[in-house]
Amino acid sequence: MSSEHSNSHLAPVKYNYDIVKLFTIAATFWGIVGFSVGVLIAFQLAFPVLNFNVEWLSFGRIRPLHTSSVIFAFGGNALFATSFFVVQRTSQVRIWGSDNFLKFIFWGYQIFILMAAYGYLNGITQAKEYAEPEWYADLWLTLIWTCYLLVFMMTLKNRKEPHIYVANWFFLGFIVTVAILHIVNNLSIPLRWDSSHSYSIFGGVQSAMIQWWYAHNAVGFFLTAGFLGMMYYFIPKRAGRPVYSYRLSIIHFWSLIFIYIWAGPHHLHYTSLPDWVQTLGMTFSIMLWMPSWGGMINGIMTLSGAWDKLRTDPVLRFLITSVAFYGMSTFEGPLMAIRSVNALSHYTDWTIGHVHSGALGWVAFMSFGSLYHLVPVLWGKKELYSMKLVSLHFWIATTGIVLYISAMWISGIMQGLMWRAYDDMGFLQYSFVETVQAMHPLYLTRAIGGVLFLTGACIMAYNFYKTIKSKA
Amino acid sequence: MFKHHDKIERNSILLLILTIIVISIGSLVEIAPLFRMETVIEKVEGMRPFTPLELAGSKIYKREGCYSCHSQQIRVLRDEVERYGHYSLAAESMYDHPFQWGSKRTGPDLARVGGKYSDNWHSRHLVNPRSVVPQSIMPGYKFLPERDADISDIATDMEVLRQVGVPYTDDMIQNAVSDAVLQASNDRDFDALQKRYGGKVIVRDFDGNLNKVSEMDALISYLQALGTFVDFAKFDGIQNKDKTSVGEKHD
Repeated sequence: MSSEHSNSHLAPVKYNYDIVKLFTIAATFWGIVGFSVGVLIAFQLAFPVLNFNVEWLSFGRIRPLHTSSVIFAFGGNALFATSFFVVQRTSQVRIWGSDNFLKFIFWGYQIFILMAAYGYLNGITQAKEYAEPEWYADLWLTLIWTCYLLVFMMTLKNRKEPHIYVANWFFLGFIVTVAILHIVNNLSIPLRWDSSHSYSIFGGVQSAMIQWWYAHNAVGFFLTAGFLGMMYYFIPKRAGRPVYSYRLSIIHFWSLIFIYIWAGPHHLHYTSLPDWVQTLGMTFSIMLWMPSWGGMINGIMTLSGAWDKLRTDPVLRFLITSVAFYGMSTFEGPLMAIRSVNALSHYTDWTIGHVHSGALGWVAFMSFGSLYHLVPVLWGKKELYSMKLVSLHFWIATTGIVLYISAMWISGIMQGLMWRAYDDMGFLQYSFVETVQAMHPLYLTRAIGGVLFLTGACIMAYNFYKTIKSKA
Repeated sequence: MFKHHDKIERNSILLLILTIIVISIGSLVEIAPLFRMETVIEKVEGMRPFTPLELAGSKIYKREGCYSCHSQQIRVLRDEVERYGHYSLAAESMYDHPFQWGSKRTGPDLARVGGKYSDNWHSRHLVNPRSVVPQSIMPGYKFLPERDADISDIATDMEVLRQVGVPYTDDMIQNAVSDAVLQASNDRDFDALQKRYGGKVIVRDFDGNLNKVSEMDALISYLQALGTFVDFAKFDGIQNKDKTSVGEKHD
């Protein structure tokens, strides 16, 4: 990556950091909101009195508030911030688009988030996981997302650096694939033009396949490809080393985006989805291990010659630990996609544990590391207010993640085993509610893990605030 | 070989187009064939769309996010079939827009909950789950018996669902509101309703309150219908050799 001074015979590029600053602040804000809702719903499962018998606080209504705010509000704003920063810096050109147009994208995206959130509390939902916003919010998002793609592509087209850097392949793959997934999965007919309700044009089995094609690729492209874009910029940048292997990045990119698409049916093992699709989903999910670990290797080995920085730079520690969790989750995922393993794991907390090792370990840690790197740069400060606080955040959050995922592994596997347990007489041994009872201490442990994770994020927000407010 | 990749890295449009092509392959292979209904939907007898009252109930189910904790898909696994009943067929959810198979069992599967519990049990359970299941962690919904079910415009829902392939007839749509009111009553004159929806339609005052057609009536009518449509005596008797062999795999 070049800095402004490498093309010293040209005027230095006036990058647009204002738009990046807006998205950075939004990401931090929504992260805390999203983690807080997560903590609330975690405690609701341990203590149902926390539903307060109030309709808009019941678990069923606010669960999508949590999932949407962490994926789309926290993750989405972090992706906007970092993609807009990285595409400018690696293209050696200011981002395409007037200030007003860019602000329209920023506020338009926040409005989408608010429309979705208001809807969920009031029971306005399409009842499809990670695609709950109703038809009018979906149309608005399509508009905003088209503008996003336009800005990104036009910036690339205007680039002064002739070669498109690898991070941008992943960002572009993420933006365009998410557009296709969103549009197809949300095809629906509104009840009336003035109604918030709509019906999906797909039903039954077709609806199941399309939903999980969408949802698994939301993981693959929104939560993976996009964050690999971050990895390919911020790790080499922070380590002061080039990416480990150019050839590996080529293989990584194309094999990842090709194979991921097929993985969806592993969410539907042993259901009434035809067997052949289930088998395809399983096979490709197992193959997906290879490009995923290829990416992990490329990220971690970039530290060759600079391993000592892990001891001294807690920001780099977040970034590398994130890739380690990525490796773990992309090993666990293919295992869980095997039909016989899935027979035990499906419908249990093991799925939740897997999701959160990826979401907290990979996605959130990559976001934290990237934002920690970005904030001093954006606000023209020499460094963050406190590296000690970054380190404190790291250890508190990591402890939180470990509590979370261990609790969910135990809970999930236990529940799966209890459901299929037979006694000596050949009867099912446990009633359903007995499995619920057994999970209580694990629900509590998980909630505590979440509290720690949230605390870490609050420490980060404080560090950002003090950094921005500092004199230099 | 890698030097040819250089061409792609220097051309943003080429990169974009190749990306779109690459991600379309798996999408088309896995999705397109499922629209050939005859290979995917089993031949069954008894399948029918929801009545207007049950449809209003399904909207409440989705509104409250019940699918977050309850699945509606019994897998082809022995312990599961023993706990919940016959494994789910693709035909049974074909009229659900969108499907409600769920992905998590914080609470039990509901695919075949119809007829398992009394209306009274459901009524008490939905208002305060712990009154009938002390260790339950489910939220309570005490407003359900107090609110009127949203049935005044349910015919529009049926018309839109017809557009996406659910076989509602003109007769069903025209009588939507009166059918809904009738189904939540103790009226024994429901021949016309049964002609439209079949002999197994349940007509009862579900919430125990004849003074209103409440959200509780609608939701219970929906729950009592789940999993009750298909005639399994006939289905399991038929040798479905040419169908996708759901149920024949036991890994």
